[in-house]
Amino acid sequence: MTTVTFTLNGAEVRATTAPGARLSEVLRERLGARDVKVGCNAGDCGACTVLLEGEAVCACMVPAARVEGAAVETVAGMASLDGVASRLRASFQRHGAAQCGICTPGAMVSAVALLRADPDPDEAVVKDAMAGVLCRCTGYRKIIDAVLDVRSPATDPPQRANGRQVGAAILRVDGDAKISGTERFGDDVAPADALVVRLVRSPHHHASFALGDLDAFVAAHPGIAKVLTAADVPGRNCFGVIPNFADQPVFADETARFRGEPVAAIVGDADIVAALNLADFPVTWAPLPGVLTMDAAEDALAPALHPTRTGNVMCRGLVQRGDAEAALARADVVVEGAFETGFVEHAYIEPEAGFAVRTGDRVEIHACTQAPVMDRDTMAEIMGLDPDQVRIVPTAVGGGFGSKLDLSLQPYMALAAWRLNRPVRMAYTRTESIQSTTKRHPAQIRLRIGATRDGQISGFDFDSAFNTGAYASWGPTVANRVPVHASGPYHVADYRARSRGVHTHCAPSGAFRGFGVPQSAVAQEALFDELADALGMDRLAFRRRNALADGVPTVTGQVFDRGVGIGACLDALAPHWRRAREEAAAWNAAHEDVRLGVGIASGWYGCGNTSLPNPSTIKAGVRADGTVVLHQGAVDIGQGANTVIAQIFAEALGVAVDRLSLLGADTDITPDAGKTSASRQTFVTGNAARLAGETLRAKVLRLGNVSEAADIVFEDGAIRLLDGGEVRRVALSTLEADAEGYVLRAEETYDPPTKPLDANGQGSPYAVFGYAAHLVELEVDMALGLVRLVKIIAAHDVGKAINPVLVEGQVHGGIAQGVGMALMEEFIPGRTENLHDYLIPTFGDIPPIETLIVEVPDPHGPYGAKGLGEHVLIPTAPAIVNAIRDATGARIRRLPATPDRVRAAIVAAGR
Amino acid sequence: MRYAVPTTLREAIDFLASGDARILAGGTDFYPALNDGPVTFDTLDISRLEDLRGISEAEGGWRIGATTTWTDLVRAPLPPCFDGLKASAREVGSIQIQNAGTVAGNLCNASPAADGVPPLLTLDASVEVTGAAGGRTLPLAAFITGVRKTALQPGELVTAVLVPSLPTVTRSAFRKLGARRYLVISIAMIAAVVVPGADGAVMDARVAVGSCSPVAQRLPALEQALVGAPFAAAALAARVRPEHLAPLSPIDDVRGTADYRAEAVAELVARTLTDCCAVEGP
Repeated sequence: MTTVTFTLNGAEVRATTAPGARLSEVLRERLGARDVKVGCNAGDCGACTVLLEGEAVCACMVPAARVEGAAVETVAGMASLDGVASRLRASFQRHGAAQCGICTPGAMVSAVALLRADPDPDEAVVKDAMAGVLCRCTGYRKIIDAVLDVRSPATDPPQRANGRQVGAAILRVDGDAKISGTERFGDDVAPADALVVRLVRSPHHHASFALGDLDAFVAAHPGIAKVLTAADVPGRNCFGVIPNFADQPVFADETARFRGEPVAAIVGDADIVAALNLADFPVTWAPLPGVLTMDAAEDALAPALHPTRTGNVMCRGLVQRGDAEAALARADVVVEGAFETGFVEHAYIEPEAGFAVRTGDRVEIHACTQAPVMDRDTMAEIMGLDPDQVRIVPTAVGGGFGSKLDLSLQPYMALAAWRLNRPVRMAYTRTESIQSTTKRHPAQIRLRIGATRDGQISGFDFDSAFNTGAYASWGPTVANRVPVHASGPYHVADYRARSRGVHTHCAPSGAFRGFGVPQSAVAQEALFDELADALGMDRLAFRRRNALADGVPTVTGQVFDRGVGIGACLDALAPHWRRAREEAAAWNAAHEDVRLGVGIASGWYGCGNTSLPNPSTIKAGVRADGTVVLHQGAVDIGQGANTVIAQIFAEALGVAVDRLSLLGADTDITPDAGKTSASRQTFVTGNAARLAGETLRAKVLRLGNVSEAADIVFEDGAIRLLDGGEVRRVALSTLEADAEGYVLRAEETYDPPTKPLDANGQGSPYAVFGYAAHLVELEVDMALGLVRLVKIIAAHDVGKAINPVLVEGQVHGGIAQGVGMALMEEFIPGRTENLHDYLIPTFGDIPPIETLIVEVPDPHGPYGAKGLGEHVLIPTAPAIVNAIRDATGARIRRLPATPDRVRAAIVAAGR
Repeated sequence: MRYAVPTTLREAIDFLASGDARILAGGTDFYPALNDGPVTFDTLDISRLEDLRGISEAEGGWRIGATTTWTDLVRAPLPPCFDGLKASAREVGSIQIQNAGTVAGNLCNASPAADGVPPLLTLDASVEVTGAAGGRTLPLAAFITGVRKTALQPGELVTAVLVPSLPTVTRSAFRKLGARRYLVISIAMIAAVVVPGADGAVMDARVAVGSCSPVAQRLPALEQALVGAPFAAAALAARVRPEHLAPLSPIDDVRGTADYRAEAVAELVARTLTDCCAVEGP
C-alpha cells in the first residue's frame, strides 16, 4: 500500500491504496467520488472519464501511483466550479442530453475538455472528441446538440410555469442530478462496511459439476466469510418472470446449462474477494455436449435442457385468421424469404449492481431494477419469506431496456446479507453482465406474403423460431407477442403466424425493447418492399394501401374505432420519401462506387401486458404544510417516467410540476405501478396518475366549495383557490393528518381493458397500440459493403406527446439501438463478452434524426397518449435493410448486416 | 508484490533485473488484460521516465521515446511521411486512449490489429531495446514475432521507436476498415508510404496491411511493382494485383470473413495509394 496525494477538483486529497489500483476505484471507494462511473474496466465505454492534468483519460486504466502530485477533475467538481461546465450543464438539461445518466459524467467531462481547448467546435470535432464515451439511451444526437449549443443563454425552466403541464417540454425532473454527478446508481449506494459477493460461474456452455470442500476453502482464505451454493437457498431455488415457466435456479445444482451460470457465491472483504484466483475454487467440471443453435437443439439426438419440454421447445404461439393458404393461392404475386437475426445484448452502460441489508426479520435490496414489486415477490419465494419481509428500493437505473426486469444479482446479495447479518454489495463486471443476463432472442423466420394485382395483401404465412437460451425468462411473452404483431400495422385478412421458443445452452433470452417484434418486422417489411416492386407499386403507396385504419380489424380481430395512427405516420413521411427518392436517383444516375438508398418501414406495438391484468396504482397526498407528495412507483430507467408521470398528475391536479415533491420508487412507500416494460408506464401508470390527480383535485375543490374551473395554488400551510374573481384560502392546519402525515390524499388504480386470445389467437390483447414509420437515407460503399447512414426521419404516433423533448429522446435512443441491431450487434457466447468485441453504435454512427411527432389521440390513453419506448426500435432495422436493397439490390437476410455480409449480398445480387 | 515508479532508466533496468516484472506504460492494454482483477504481480511503471517521453529529430531520423503517447504524436510537428502514422494515431481507440496509450506500448502489446504497426512498418521503423547489458536495435518486423509475442527478453524494456528520415516529398496515408466509426478493432488496415522522384515516377513505395495476418505485413512484391510507376492515383492503383497480397493470411472471425478481408484489402490498398497522391505537395 502507498499513500498518494493529489488535487481532486481543486482540493488536496490523500488516499491509501495499492499503487497499481485503478484510479476509478481509488476515486470511488477511497475518496467517495461516486460521480465517476465504471462501465467496463477496459477503456471501452468512457463512463469513468476524468481529467488528469487537463487531459481526458479513462480512470479505469490509470494507476493510482500516477496521480501523485497531479490534478484530477471529475464532473462533480466541474459542475460547480467551471464556467464552461455550468453552461454545459444547463445545455444538457435543455436538450435532454441525459437519459439514464450513467454515461453523462463521462460525456460532460469529455465535452468540458473539448470546450476549454476549442470554445466553438463544429459537429465533426465534437464527435471526434467525445467518441470515447458510449451511450446506450440517447443516440448521441442530443449530446452533440447540447455541446454545440453551449453558448446559448440559460432560460427559465418550463416546469415553473403554470398552465398546461401535459405537452410542455418540462426539463427532466431528475436530469440535473444526473448531469452534475449526484445521481446514485446501483453501485453508488452501499455502506462502506459492506461485504462483497463474487460468483463462481460455469466456464462451459453445458457441464455437470461437483463442489469440493467449501469449509476448507473458507478456512484457507482469511477474509472470506461464507460460500453460498444451491444448498443455501432457504426457499425455492428457482425463479422466472412468468410463474408457469419459472425454471432458472439461483445456483445451478449439479448441472450448468449456460456459460456464465452461477454455481456458488463467495462472500467476504472487498479486497480479499477481488484478489481471489477462482481457479483455486473447489469445483470439478465435467463438460457435456452443448447445443448453441436452434437447429442443433431441435435435432432428435440433442440433449434435453428441461425434461418436460419435448424437443427443447419451450412453448408455441399462434394467431390465425381467415385462410392464409387459400389467399396465397389466389394471389397474383407471392414473395417469400428466410430471415435470421442474432443475440443482441442490452449493453446498458451500468452493469447490474446494488447492496442488500438485513433489518431484523426483513431484508432490503437496493439495486437497479425495472420491476420492484416483481423482484419483491420473487425474492420472497427464493428466501422463503413473506413478500412483506422484502423491501425493494430501486436505485437510479443506468439503462435497462428489458434486461433489468429479471433478477440478476439480487438473490446472492440478499442471501448473503440474511445469513451473515451484514450489508453485502455486489456489482457485475461487464463480462459477467454480458455473459449471464438476458439477451434479445435470435430469430429464424420463414415468411410468404401474397398480394393481388391491385396491391391488396392476399395471404400471409409466418413461421418463426426464437432461441430462448437455457431458461424461459420472457421467452413465452416473445412467443405470444410475435404472432400478434408479425403482420405489422396492416390489414391482413388471411393470416397465419406461428412461433416457438427453443431452448439452447446459451444465456437466457428475455425482454429487449420490442419482445421479438423488431425481429419479425425485419422479415415482414423487407418482403413488403419486394411485393411492392413485384407489383410495380411505389413502396410507400403499397404500405398506405394496406395500412390499418379505424374500424379495420387487426389480425386478432380487434377493431379500434379511433386512434389508429399508422396512416398518419406514413402520410407524414410521404413528402420526405419523394424528396429522398429523387435525390438518390439523381446521385445514382451518375455514381457507381457509392450508391444512395432510401428505405421505409412501419411498426406497431401493443402497450402493456398481452391479454393479462396489468394494473398500476398511484398515490398522492397533501401535507399540512402545503407540500404535495407524489408516490411514484414507476421506475424511471432513463425513459423519463419520473417526469412524465409527474406531468400527468400535475396537469390533472392543476398545478405546475415544480410544486410536486416526488417519492419512490420503493416497495415500502409506493404502491405497485407495475414494471417498466411493454411501453406501459405512460399509458397505464399515466392513467393512474391522471385519476389520482383528478381525485385529489376534486377533494381540494370540495374543500373550498369552488367550481371545476378554479385554479389551485398550494401555499405554505394553505391552499388558495381562485374561482372567477373570487379567492378562497383553506388553511391546512385545521385538517387532521393521517398516519402518513397527509391531510388530503388520493390513490387510484388503472388497469387497461383487454380480452383474452382464443385458440386461434383471436381477441383484444391490448387496449392501445402505438404506431411508427421510419425513413432511412444511407449510402453504401459498393466495393467494401460499408453502410453510412445519412439521415433518419421518424414519424411516431404517440397519441399525445406528454413531453416532446422526452419523446424525441426515446425516438433517438430507440433508433440508435435499431442501428446497432441492423449493422453491428451480435452476442456470441464465449466470444463477444466485452464492449470492444461486442460493438454498439458510437458517436459517429448515428446520423441526424428528424422526429415527426404525430398525435392521433387514443380514447384510453391519458390525454390521448400512447406508449413509445419499444415502438421506436421496430421500424429502424427493416428501414435500413430496405435502404441497402434500394441502393444496391442486395437482399439482406441475416442481421447484423456487417460489411462482409453486405458485400456478399451485393455480389449475390450481381453487382 | 512490488510496484516501482523510477525516474531514471538505470533504476528501471535495475528493477527489471531484480525479478520478473510487468511493464506498465500508458495502461491501456495493461488494465484490460487484468480482466477486472487487481494487480497481483511486480510492476514497473515507466511513466515517470521523462527522458523517454517525446519525439526528437536525431541524426538520420526521428526518435519516438517509449512513453510518448498517441496524443503527443498527433500534436508533434512532423513531416508528411508521418501523416499515415498520425492518421493511425487518431484511430487508436478514443481521445482517452490516445491521451494515455503509448506508441511503443502498442508495439509491445503485439496485437494483430495494433493500429500503429502498419504505418511504422512502412516507415521502416526499428525498436530500441535496453537491458542490463546495454541496448540493441531491432527492425520492427523482427521485434514483433507473433500474436502477442515480441523479441523483448526478460530484463529489457523498449526505450524508443526509431524512424529513419525520408525525403520531404514523401507522402503517406492510412486507412482503417471497421464495422463502426470509432473505438473499433479493425477488420483490416492499410498504411502506405510513397516517395516520388524528381522525374514524377515513384522512387520508393512501402505498403503494409494489418489485421490480415498474425503480424502486420509489408507487401514487397507490390512495393516493387509500384517503383517506377507514375506518381498519380490511377497509375498506382492500377498496379495492385491479387498476387501481391500473398504475404497475408486473413482469417474468419467475428469482424469479418477471410474472403471479405482479402477482397477489401485489395480495394483499400488501391485507395490508400490514391490517398498518398491526393495530399498536396509542400
